[in-house]
Amino acid sequence: MKSWRDKAIQTILVGAASTSILIVLLIFFFLGREAFPFIWEPGFSNLFQARWIPVSFKEEVFGLLPLVTGSLLVTGLATVLMVPFGVFGAIYIAELATEKERSFLKPFIEILAGIPSVVIGFFGLVVLSPIIKNFFGLNTGLTALTGAILLALMAVPTVITVSEDAIQSVPKAFREASLALGANNLQTIFRIIVPAALPGMIAAIMLGVGRVIGETMAVLMVTGNAAKLTLDPFSSVRTMTATIAAEMGEVAFGSHHYQALFWVGIFLLIMTFFLNVIAQRVLRKYQMR
Amino acid sequence: MRSELQGKIIVWSIRATTYLIVGIVGYLLLDIIVKGIPTISWEFLSGFPRRSGAEGGIYPAIIGTVYLVLGAIIMAFPLGMASAIYLSEYAMQGRLNRYIRLAIITLAGVPSIVFGLFGLGLFVLFFGFGASILAGSLTLAFMILPTIIVSSEEALQAVPMGLREASLALGATKWQTVYKSVLPYALPGMFTGSILGIGRAAGETAPILLTVAAFFLPRLPKSIFDQVMALPYHLYVLATQHPDTEKVLPMQYGTALVLIFIVVFFNLTAIILRNHFRKKIQW
Repeated sequence: MKSWRDKAIQTILVGAASTSILIVLLIFFFLGREAFPFIWEPGFSNLFQARWIPVSFKEEVFGLLPLVTGSLLVTGLATVLMVPFGVFGAIYIAELATEKERSFLKPFIEILAGIPSVVIGFFGLVVLSPIIKNFFGLNTGLTALTGAILLALMAVPTVITVSEDAIQSVPKAFREASLALGANNLQTIFRIIVPAALPGMIAAIMLGVGRVIGETMAVLMVTGNAAKLTLDPFSSVRTMTATIAAEMGEVAFGSHHYQALFWVGIFLLIMTFFLNVIAQRVLRKYQMR
Repeated sequence: MRSELQGKIIVWSIRATTYLIVGIVGYLLLDIIVKGIPTISWEFLSGFPRRSGAEGGIYPAIIGTVYLVLGAIIMAFPLGMASAIYLSEYAMQGRLNRYIRLAIITLAGVPSIVFGLFGLGLFVLFFGFGASILAGSLTLAFMILPTIIVSSEEALQAVPMGLREASLALGATKWQTVYKSVLPYALPGMFTGSILGIGRAAGETAPILLTVAAFFLPRLPKSIFDQVMALPYHLYVLATQHPDTEKVLPMQYGTALVLIFIVVFFNLTAIILRNHFRKKIQW
């Protein structure tokens, strides 16, 4: 027989656990609430123009296209950089490193994961961007590439940690069978272990990409913040996240500009939501957590 | 012979890639430590900023960050702990359980700037808290909630089934079992998760940008409805918004060092504690 006390406690616990659902719903609701009036005035199709000129005496234009391409350019470059570092890092830590190296590398990666993005951005601003400027002979070091390098650095811990878990979850028998058949260590790693861990590694990269798209401070500080429609890595760009962070402080509450910024947030939320849900599905399906 | 050489080259390039990451991060940390230390003084840590941060100290920013983190953890820890206890000990496979897990995954992936927008829409405007410690702490609390839930649940799962079964077999109720037989062993792990959450909350800039942070406010807050300065935002302002960023470079390095010190301190504590308890409790 259950006492009333046990029942009360269980109810409290269910309530607490359900707050997560409530928060997610509230996030969608309150973003939507602030963004919604834009649909009628000045009209939803305004968001699909090729220019973002939110402050103007003549005509304000709220085309998200330059911001989306800015985000995609930075994210794409960061992904290209993050994949080899993340995957090789995970293979090294899981398979090749000695016990001693591992006990140093793993905490180190965790420390990297903990460094605040504003500090990474600061480092990018004072150290990396002059290097980029001089190395490529540019007018400014504040480019999409600079941002991408920093973002790759920030996403690498996620990729390494999740990929390493995926590698560790490959059954021991696979390795033993391969070694017993005369394959050497490297053959076993690249022909047996990596293919078996591949779904987990792909999920790891997706989680990394999700982190990169949503990152704000580092890109705000080093990408130059010019809202142009370009795919040139040496050009200044403005990402979706940086736009919100930079402009929300100066905007009048309830204005069209304000609503457009909430739309940017909604698109960001939808993109990261799908990346995360798909990645977690993959991880759960292959039992890699 | 040839393939052996090939193998060596492959191993060395993988090793080089890994240590390149270590090198870059090591360089970043060293750069900030070496250039930040000359700025650190008693006046810098305990003084108020003057001339929009070009001189003086960062005391209000440190205090602001402490208040925000304390506020966030006070709200997120009990909530995260209760959620984890429910998910680990009570939940049956079912629809509610699935939705809760989906929600936690979703929360974990929400970009921090979107949390900022949400905090602005709900706490600052709808509840009318204004830009305040309360709005900022609540926003940060929701942001670190998934971290706390996931690591707390891991800690609970690590407690062997036998302990629960023994307790139930002796006639204890569910809650008595959880409270007396499971929680004592899981608590250290749960605290570890919260420490990680503290580190994350202390370093985040984007959410507080829209909900609390003051550009330049050389005084201490009087109530939870006051704005405050915060370390990460202060660093951002000094590095990008200050009229003379070159001249305040030492102040930037000093602020970055204090921020890194706080964050790395909490993270290292969590890592060491976790490894300690993993070793100590052998089932």
